[in-house]
Amino acid sequence: MIFRQGAVQGLIELRQSFTGGELIANLFWPAATLVAIFLLRDRPVDGTALPLGELVLPGVLGMFVALGMLLITQQLTADREDGTLLRARATPHGLRGYLIGKLTTVSATVLAYLAVLLAGGAPLVTTFHPLTLAWVLALGLIATQSVGAMLGALISSSRGAGMLSLPILGLIAVSGVFYPIGALPGWLQGIGQTFPIYWLGLGMRSAFLPDSAAAVELDGSWRHLQTAAVLGAWAMAGLIVAPPVLRRMTRRESGSRVAERRERTLQRVG
Amino acid sequence: MADLALDVTGLRMRYGTKDVLHDVTLRAARGEVLALLGPNGAGKTTTIEILEGFRSRSAGRVSVLGTDPAHGDERWRARLGVVLQSWRDHGKWRVREFLAYLGGYYPKPMDPDELLAAAGLTDQAGQQIRRLSGGQRRRLDIAVGLVGRPELLFLDEPTAGLDPQARREFHDLVQRLAAEQHTTVLLTTHDLDEAARLADRILILNGGRVVADGTAAELTQRIAGQDEVGWTVDGRRFTRSTPRSTEFVFDLFQRHGHAVTDLEVHRTSLEDAYLTLVREAES
Repeated sequence: MIFRQGAVQGLIELRQSFTGGELIANLFWPAATLVAIFLLRDRPVDGTALPLGELVLPGVLGMFVALGMLLITQQLTADREDGTLLRARATPHGLRGYLIGKLTTVSATVLAYLAVLLAGGAPLVTTFHPLTLAWVLALGLIATQSVGAMLGALISSSRGAGMLSLPILGLIAVSGVFYPIGALPGWLQGIGQTFPIYWLGLGMRSAFLPDSAAAVELDGSWRHLQTAAVLGAWAMAGLIVAPPVLRRMTRRESGSRVAERRERTLQRVG
Repeated sequence: MADLALDVTGLRMRYGTKDVLHDVTLRAARGEVLALLGPNGAGKTTTIEILEGFRSRSAGRVSVLGTDPAHGDERWRARLGVVLQSWRDHGKWRVREFLAYLGGYYPKPMDPDELLAAAGLTDQAGQQIRRLSGGQRRRLDIAVGLVGRPELLFLDEPTAGLDPQARREFHDLVQRLAAEQHTTVLLTTHDLDEAARLADRILILNGGRVVADGTAAELTQRIAGQDEVGWTVDGRRFTRSTPRSTEFVFDLFQRHGHAVTDLEVHRTSLEDAYLTLVREAES
């Protein structure tokens, strides 16, 4: 019953995100990224025979999976502010249904981004390992969505969730998506390799690039084992920590809290 | 007791060093419509949020449909309907799809089309919720509160911010649905007319205490049961307060006959009673 409810919610929310004005907003980022990749596609890259476009596209796919984390964080904080979460709390099994629905919506949105990027970027792709894509994507989605949900529970306002995009942009910069991580100083490499974005990018490159391209990576290899270990560790951590944090958050929701926040928001605007 | 929908004894709530509720005791029989009336800050919302299971209490015994709300499970939750002060969630959803979706969480939901008809929202079925007017949105909230056929419905300040027409429509809807489904209703309001119109019994809450409990008629009598009688005899004006104005006037005519002119009898209204009470409690 819960899964059916979650699926119904996911489908309705997806229809909302992919119609009218929101469709355009949703397509803008993958489309703009594609344009940038195409403009730079033929630039040669040191140490490899591959053009820049083919090298960057897989990393960008990984980055969009990681951005799904921001998406769920933002939706959770927004839903807390407008009372959607309290509504779920007032409904039997509503909270679990809501979370399943939210994960459905955001995962499907991320997949839609990837589909747009892949459809547009297809001419640049010469190699494809579907199995690698499948496990990297699955682990990456679980890790980023559970961590994102946890952050959404810890951050109390949608303004706070908006600020979260700053450190994430910083992480993207040191994650080897646009700029080879090997060219960065060692401590930045360390930071980059702590977070899932780098490993999502690496995993995606291993799924879409010929094996010879591994030569420019750290260690000169795709490091599948470490990729699975790091993404798996983040996924485990998220799955363990997110549920109690979310429960704690919703236990504190009540009508007067929603009203208080609304007052504060109105004061900020007015 | 199995026939009580609400059974609360000695409920206390303390924030820091401030007591918001002192020793609140209330009971509601099944099918009864109970109004919690009081000025702003009296503790109405705190009380209802504790009963809804959204807030933990400091002390007291609370039973809602036979269960302590602090330990209410999902089966218990399915027997309740909750209408908060202001919902503005799910603005992008369409009216009918939202009702149908929420109904999916309950074992025996009401048919969404029937509910829409009852709430007078049939024409808005395909509309986005954020485009509803204030009155329509409140009627939708009631419909959502009823979608699971609750045994007990909580309404927190249900008509705050509505214009008189929308308020009247809302009252009619609550009365009709509560009667048809034999639903117990607990509503909070600071509007006396609303309490008198909707409720079988009124509890007046002030400063975190229950200061009166009874039907509208009982409260009127008990609290300020004095009517004001004014008359003129031989050009002189008299006024007198009395609990039995009809008898008093009869005696007046027996004594003075046609000499009595400009007779006025002021019955105490419930509003006077309420204001007296709140003033007493504040001083």
